[in-house]
Amino acid sequence: MIEKLAAYLSYPFVRYALIVGVLISLCSAMLGVVLVLKRFSFIGDGLSHVAFGAIAVAAVLGLSNRMLVVLPVTVVSAVLLLRTGQNAKIKGDAAIAMLSVGALAFGYLLMHLFSTSANISGDVCSTLFGSTSILTLTKREVWLCVILSLAVIAVFILFYGRIFAVTFDEDFARATGIRTKRYQLLIAVTIAVIVVLAMNLVGSLLISALVIFPALSAMRLFKSFRSVTVCAAVLSVVCATLGILISILAGTPVGSTVVAVDAAAFGLCCLIRVSRG
Amino acid sequence: MSLIKVTELSCGYEREPVISGLTFKVDRGDYLCIVGENGSGKTTLMKTLLGLIPPLSGTIETGDGLTRTGIGYLPQRTAVQQDFPASCAEIVRSGFQGRKKPFSFLTKEEKQQADAVMDRLGIRNLAGKCFRELSGGQMQRVLLARALCATETLLLLDEPVAGLDPDAAKEMYAAVSTLHKEGIAVIMITHDIDAALQYATHILHVGETVFFDTKACYATHPGKPEPAEKKEVLS
Repeated sequence: MIEKLAAYLSYPFVRYALIVGVLISLCSAMLGVVLVLKRFSFIGDGLSHVAFGAIAVAAVLGLSNRMLVVLPVTVVSAVLLLRTGQNAKIKGDAAIAMLSVGALAFGYLLMHLFSTSANISGDVCSTLFGSTSILTLTKREVWLCVILSLAVIAVFILFYGRIFAVTFDEDFARATGIRTKRYQLLIAVTIAVIVVLAMNLVGSLLISALVIFPALSAMRLFKSFRSVTVCAAVLSVVCATLGILISILAGTPVGSTVVAVDAAAFGLCCLIRVSRG
Repeated sequence: MSLIKVTELSCGYEREPVISGLTFKVDRGDYLCIVGENGSGKTTLMKTLLGLIPPLSGTIETGDGLTRTGIGYLPQRTAVQQDFPASCAEIVRSGFQGRKKPFSFLTKEEKQQADAVMDRLGIRNLAGKCFRELSGGQMQRVLLARALCATETLLLLDEPVAGLDPDAAKEMYAAVSTLHKEGIAVIMITHDIDAALQYATHILHVGETVFFDTKACYATHPGKPEPAEKKEVLS
């Protein structure tokens, strides 16, 4: 089995997949802690559907670099969704549900009407579940992913103190002079970037799993914000690596395998918590 | 110059004033209790003082070394916080964030200062504990410590004893009273008229009748003073 693995690792596309998988899982887990605590878990889900719609548009337009459409559209949606979440008049959850199913339906419709490919359901399936896309990354996409991930990690570390203060108590943060709206915006943009990146790994339907599972698992075990964040990041990287390796060895779809490993880890963490009493 | 001087203030949401024509001031050494019925706008007033919502009209001036962001705020606890994985030390230290530049990390002095504040409130032993596992009284002390990291001058407390059992409430009042004696001015929203009369130096009654005066004068007009007896102490 180890020989088989070594043989696979000699292929560049497998190495690319591992690099991208590790970085994406790291970013999504760190931000996931903030999203779960701020009760924004659903936003990742809504955004991923928007990104799916954007990909459909990009595909119909025949763009070679889909990121050019997907990233801006997702960032704008993220900002809008977080804004409506603050406005008590418009129900934030309803807005997100509407936007997310709307984008999903619209995207599929577009793909169906204007598709240039012979295998529409195959295209749709791989966009939704990311079944193969992580194994077909080009060098340029890998670099883009590395740069964006490092940017997300840098933002998180540099603003760690602020992010904690704003997440724990927005009113207090604002009263003591922190410009919380800016950090909301920063968080929104970062989530959008992560969602777009994570589409490569797990596809648009499964992104939320990458955001939510590690954070919730870590919260079962640890009691301070720092240890929860570190644990979520480590757990997520381990699960993503394991998932990718298993999928290569067993020939299963990458995205769903990674999510399955994440879910198993969550179950394990729950068991540990129960056994601790 | 007073720490805070409020002149002809109207505050509320979406141009609907909850409180209007309010004038009062807080000096160093004052302990002001804001009392009034539910829905009389006490919390709205406090949010306006903190700059969380803009005043509809009138002015709020700060002076004597105090800036609008230099107020230590003890909010009512939210549902999110009851379930938040954070150690008490992390929460107390987050009180410094507003005073710091965005990219900077906490200095050693600030960490020592946070420890000293926890000592002062007798919660140093809780530093490594998880916030969500504390009792209500302990949570309030941790949040009070955080407020002390944000100010040395003025504390604003929003119903600090809400949801506490009588013993914990007594301890909370005692802690605030000690801080007041050590030179920190206090503004406290409370339902508890007895406590207000026991600890405050000044009382502001909001609602149908607005009344601001020293405690001694309030005592001679218990409950709701007649508008005719409303006193202007600002000169």
